[in-house]
Amino acid sequence: MAFEKKSHYKEVLMDAIIDIAKENDKVVFLDADLSSCIGSTAFEKVFPERFFNCGIAEANMVGVAAGLASTGMVPFVHSFGCFASRRVYDQLFLSVGYTHQTVHVIGSDPGITAQYNGGTHMPFEDIALMRQIPNMAIVEPSDDYSLYMLTKAVYENGTSSYIRTPRKGINSIYSDGEEIKLGKAKVLREGDDVAIISLGAHLVTESLKAYDILKEQGVNATVIDLLSIKPMDEETILEVAKKCGKVLVCENGRYAGGVGEGIASLLAKNYPCLMDFICVGERFGEVGNLKYLASAFGFTADNIAAKALSLAKK
Amino acid sequence: MLSEEKKKQLKKTALALRESTIREISAFGSGHIGGSMSIIDLLTYLYYEEMNIDPNDPKKLSRDRFVCSKGHAGPAVYATLQSKGYFPQEWLSTLNQGGTKLPSHCDMTKTPGIDFTGGSLGQGISAAVGIALGQKLQKLDARTYCVIGDGEAQEGQVYEALETAGAWGLDNLMIFLDNNGQQLDGYVKDIIPQYNLEERYKSFGFEVATINGHDFDEIANVINKAKETKGKPFFVIMNTQKSHGYIPGEGVKSNHSMPISAEVCEKAIEDLKAREEV
Repeated sequence: MAFEKKSHYKEVLMDAIIDIAKENDKVVFLDADLSSCIGSTAFEKVFPERFFNCGIAEANMVGVAAGLASTGMVPFVHSFGCFASRRVYDQLFLSVGYTHQTVHVIGSDPGITAQYNGGTHMPFEDIALMRQIPNMAIVEPSDDYSLYMLTKAVYENGTSSYIRTPRKGINSIYSDGEEIKLGKAKVLREGDDVAIISLGAHLVTESLKAYDILKEQGVNATVIDLLSIKPMDEETILEVAKKCGKVLVCENGRYAGGVGEGIASLLAKNYPCLMDFICVGERFGEVGNLKYLASAFGFTADNIAAKALSLAKK
Repeated sequence: MLSEEKKKQLKKTALALRESTIREISAFGSGHIGGSMSIIDLLTYLYYEEMNIDPNDPKKLSRDRFVCSKGHAGPAVYATLQSKGYFPQEWLSTLNQGGTKLPSHCDMTKTPGIDFTGGSLGQGISAAVGIALGQKLQKLDARTYCVIGDGEAQEGQVYEALETAGAWGLDNLMIFLDNNGQQLDGYVKDIIPQYNLEERYKSFGFEVATINGHDFDEIANVINKAKETKGKPFFVIMNTQKSHGYIPGEGVKSNHSMPISAEVCEKAIEDLKAREEV
């Protein structure tokens, strides 16, 4: 099978995992009572003997996955981003990371995409936490096709991974057949005045709108869709930093330990330049719809354009 | 029932493993003697009588597996693995030294024969459930044995793991509770007491038995019973003595980790041999 258009990200994600499982009978799916939320019921339908609902016990789910992996099975596990990362952190760190087992973790509804589940369910820190686990790949797809391709890519890569994706809604940036690889960013717009490096469907879309706003004001921006947090495409980042001399990083996550800090560290070592960040600081999540939350946290095209403009003028 | 000859042989092996464990810890100067010594009879029976293993092929897919969830009993597991030929005897004197393959807590990435990493308590038992499930999914005729500590049984993850093992009817999984009554800070009953153990573990869908963990007949019988039990995992409350066989630690409150000087080591081994009448 191949990539197909669907109505929601979760359906595309399941298509990718089912396709992988069709090729490899060692692939299993573990969920923690959120099967109907992520649509892993679709996996269960095709492979009932390879699907396990572990109940509301995420720590054990991760440990079971690690044990399964040690016998040669290839587990995908899912929970909401908060519970797939910070709630099970020691299990991910030791039972999976430290033991060199391969487990693919889906953390759904990252950052403000948690919307109506509110602050208790709004993971901004999952990126920073996952970056601490040696050899764990981290991806944040920005549309349906990149979600499909990166899910396959982390499986083929062979190390553990964290897939950061919203469940609901759909958008399309890339066309079928385009090259999407783990560790490779995509350059979506090119300009010399300022580089905007973004992640995820919401912020990449807003960054593209910001490009148009900036263009009207005579500012030419480069827009990068990072896609892969670890490994990070250092080559492309350095290239655009050198070209533009000014870099704005936009992430639906927390500054401390996040992608912005990672890029700042890379640039500090190799090409110090002016930077700014759109991200979450010393603040917790809250409830609301995407429009309200985007505005509350500054994840809007207007704010991206304003920050990029101010950087460009410095 | 085991023959008298077999029991004598097992006791001799267990004695050798106890000596080896004491020497291993003494070579470093101190270590987790208490919880190591309490599981040596179980290790002796599993590795010498029960488990389908091949020390020349430690990663063989079809092997039986042992998870020491109470990872701090590493020294006892290393003494056992070494005696089975998984690695050279010289390694035992490197316990906890920089660059060693034998760290304090069992580590599957470092030591041949260690089937899963333990030490962050409560995690090994979940892995054991996953391993037993993996064996079933791959239709392997293989069993998984896991030992948890009674102090470790304060970790909530233990009960999450038991719930899933019971729900999935993993009859190739056997969990042993090293019920030695002590934990790092003292006696389990004084810290967070545990009541109605048989009822507690039965409630997760396990077949449950209580045995004397220093009696080979009882160990053999319960393992045979577990192998005959279909559709349910098996839980053994294994009453043991912490530091059993390291006499200076027996009955001592703070015997979780103890210093063992070369002099004390020789005396302890001499006294143990005299007590066991070998």
